Amino acid sequence: MSVSAPSIPTSLSTPPAPEGHEIVRERGQREVFCGLTSIVWLHRRMPDAFFLVVGSRTCAHLIQSAAGVMIFAEPRFGTAILGERDLAGLADANEELDRLVARLLERRPEIRTLFLVGSCPSEVIKLDLAKAAERLNHAHSGRVMVLSYSGSGIETTFTQGEDAALQAMLPLLPDAAASGDSADQLLIVGTLADAVEERLTGLFRRMGIERVRSLPPRRSTELPAVGPGTRVLLAQPFLSGTARALLDRGAELVSAPFPLGVEGSAAWMEAAAAAFAIPESRVREVLDPLVKRGREALAPHREVLAGKRLFLMPDSQLEIPLARFLHRECGMELVEVGTPYLDRRLMEADLSRLPPATRLSEGQDVDRQLERLRAARPDLVLCGLGLANPLEAEGIATKWSIELVFSPIHGCDQAADLAELFARPLRRRERLQVA
Amino acid sequence: MELTLWTYEGPPHVGAMRIAASMEGVHYVLHAPQGDTYADLLFTMIERRGCRPPVTYTTFQARDLGGDTADLVTRTIADAVQRFAPEALLVGESCTAELIQDQPGALAAGMDLGGVPVVSLELPAYSKKENWGAAETFYQLVRALLRPQMPPPGQPRPDPGRWRREGRRPRVNLLGPSLLGFRCRDDVREITRLLASHGIDVSVTAPLGARPADLERLPDADVNVCLTPEVAGTACSWLERSFGMPWVRTVPIGIRATADFLREIHGLLELELPPELVPDAGGACEAERRSQLPWYSRSVDSTYLTGKRVFIFGDASHAIAAARIARHELGFEVVGLGSYSRERAREVRAAAREFGLNALITDDYLAVEAAMAEAAPELVLGTQMERHSAKRLGLPCAVISAPLHVQDVPAHHSPQMGWEGANVIFDAWVHPLMMGLEEHLIGMFRHDFEFVDGHRSHLGEGTASPGTPAAATPPAQTFSTPLQDLSPADAAEALATTVAVAEAFAPAGGAPEWTADGEAELNRIPFFVRGKVRRNTESFARDRGLVAIDAETLYDAKAHFSR
Repeated sequence: MSVSAPSIPTSLSTPPAPEGHEIVRERGQREVFCGLTSIVWLHRRMPDAFFLVVGSRTCAHLIQSAAGVMIFAEPRFGTAILGERDLAGLADANEELDRLVARLLERRPEIRTLFLVGSCPSEVIKLDLAKAAERLNHAHSGRVMVLSYSGSGIETTFTQGEDAALQAMLPLLPDAAASGDSADQLLIVGTLADAVEERLTGLFRRMGIERVRSLPPRRSTELPAVGPGTRVLLAQPFLSGTARALLDRGAELVSAPFPLGVEGSAAWMEAAAAAFAIPESRVREVLDPLVKRGREALAPHREVLAGKRLFLMPDSQLEIPLARFLHRECGMELVEVGTPYLDRRLMEADLSRLPPATRLSEGQDVDRQLERLRAARPDLVLCGLGLANPLEAEGIATKWSIELVFSPIHGCDQAADLAELFARPLRRRERLQVA
Repeated sequence: MELTLWTYEGPPHVGAMRIAASMEGVHYVLHAPQGDTYADLLFTMIERRGCRPPVTYTTFQARDLGGDTADLVTRTIADAVQRFAPEALLVGESCTAELIQDQPGALAAGMDLGGVPVVSLELPAYSKKENWGAAETFYQLVRALLRPQMPPPGQPRPDPGRWRREGRRPRVNLLGPSLLGFRCRDDVREITRLLASHGIDVSVTAPLGARPADLERLPDADVNVCLTPEVAGTACSWLERSFGMPWVRTVPIGIRATADFLREIHGLLELELPPELVPDAGGACEAERRSQLPWYSRSVDSTYLTGKRVFIFGDASHAIAAARIARHELGFEVVGLGSYSRERAREVRAAAREFGLNALITDDYLAVEAAMAEAAPELVLGTQMERHSAKRLGLPCAVISAPLHVQDVPAHHSPQMGWEGANVIFDAWVHPLMMGLEEHLIGMFRHDFEFVDGHRSHLGEGTASPGTPAAATPPAQTFSTPLQDLSPADAAEALATTVAVAEAFAPAGGAPEWTADGEAELNRIPFFVRGKVRRNTESFARDRGLVAIDAETLYDAKAHFSR
């Protein structure tokens, strides 16, 4: 991949801004993690995979800091730290990488897939990791599959790392037509918590969708086949590139809001059911009890959140579906909905459910955004860890965004838990009687 | 290229951020891509800061690389100066920007910034690390601000006793305390109080809480105190060369070190040594009684601490101080000493030789864990990472050094330095062993009918008996939320590591085997000495060419070693 690649993905197509939303486009300091951060959940999703970042000490420090946990065992990610000898050309970077990978595989015989992950430094010095992966595949053939992608911060934001990782896996997905495997299946794309994935898969089966597969899979070697007949249902809103590449493989994309909240999750499941022509009665039979129960569970949190003003800082790309959920199902008012980049096609169903004339911002100039935020004095701000305590110190309640990529929040059954994450900081403020 | 799974220190520009964030009125413009903004959370989360660190990042993207990133740098600098109106500006680059060679420092030098002092930082990201970056930044900032005041060469050194002639109290600067340093906030308070009690004023503390104007006042003091050599060593040595300012080298962590520190400072200031600081024949002095540690250590209940095996790893200052306290002030036996501070490896090696050890100088936490397992200590003193390793091995541990965790920035006053610091250290190190004693009592009363079987001790599932791996401990919580329970794979992985490490305890191939009655006898020995007994007995058996160890062998060995 060359560094001249566009850093912000272009939309699949560009429909006009719906509902006359105001769109603020900003360029300035961004306060967002880079795509390497996705490794924090990807390595847990695929326990037989190892993620080797080729980068600097900063990359290693970023991942361990963003994870917020000390390593409790040998982790399944690491950084090949470039040193001065590598940069000065005294050491052949490819030979170094080969040596390091050989040692790593010796130490970790259980690894089945090795991802070489490009970083800012490796992209700038134009280290060709795709070629390196090819060479290593040849050397370790039959023992491990080596893939490469870039999680560099000059090309990817926080959650886009997963998009890049999945795109690296796509060429390995068997071609359904060629392998004689039926591609008539529902493919849920995007990392979900294991329990949530099982729950959703079970519900689809109850509706009568027999073949439900997931990408990424739990075992990196058990890749679903893909081809005409595959209906792609995105579980996460940050997978523009993966969606596009799956369409190129003959799959069709199921258009739906993202499965956050009762309404979003129900619409998401209905859209999948429609793609398989499941009879309406069957769909209602499965969904109606869920919707009823979900709404009841939401009610106490709605009491806390209704009428409160919410400001979403751009971070994980989940902001637009979250705003839709918190507005429509929890009664919150939206001051500003920030997002690192706006993919209107993927977001269409969520955007069209936002109230008219919502202020959206794409990209970031963090100081100017904070000025708008202070002027608006919202009741609650969704933001990253670098901003949360400083805003709290100014008397503004916050909810940290990183929790949303670690917690099971998808589906009707999780809607109340998701609302509770936002209600908790407000409840806490109510309780505390200190200065 | 070097494979790193986890790192004790961040890159050097994080060290620069520590200096900027520790001070008031300093702003840092960092030419860096967006991912590098993660570093803000080190300050807002670990230190619980209620303000953003004073850093503006250019956050250039790939699409900027084809164009003019230099223009982006100058725009960012101009905006930051206008928005934050700093009293001094640091300009630098992170690892990626170093490669595109925009030279932000030179660009800033060519700009009209209304007379703000600008310090250009060149911190080689591919060969240096965080503490070096902090030291270099502090030195560059001090040098830039003091250059106009530099005395011409050949100027006589100022007389450190001049305070007497000037009819004032002696003044010192406390240099080195910074954010993300271990207990710096409390150490400053403690040492300031301690010096005041000896009639010595603190003129400037820096970088923590200082403004650029305060750095311009550094030469007003008679002596510099280098509290944190990792951060202030370079600056102290330059101030000595350029301004003739003597500096105190003793780091006052521990009883003897605090007394030595006070004697050194009195000597440099030509202050008369008060009788309470005059050492007796054994080297001790009356002032040491200002701390509870000496009496607590001598009281009979501390007898069980004698000869406890302790393994120590941390930054150089804290590790060296800890080893001396452990051996001379608590009566432990130091069985391992190491540091990730490569810059100070020589001092750590020299200190290790005092204990007949070879120092472990590494930044590979797995090498530290292996050495820890090998040394079979009864107490580990280390960083947050050693706390995790110790937990895996079922060993008690206290944290003595950065890198730190939010729990190492406690709400209460909790210094490491001075007399009160020694009190804090006594409590912090003995507490995990007390818990160990409780463990022993649990073992003793195990057969009493009141005792509920399956009592969970503080060590979790694991036992501290070497050879029996502790069960996998779940990961620490994230800042935000308990992670979902370990997946079976993660649990298996944690367990595999534990077993691998625990095997280091097990007799190596060809080692004598324990018979059933030997093993049973060994299990009757309290767990906290069991590791030592196992090791001693095995080496005794090996020396005698025995292939099996039964109960008799164990008692033969016991007799042999107690001679």
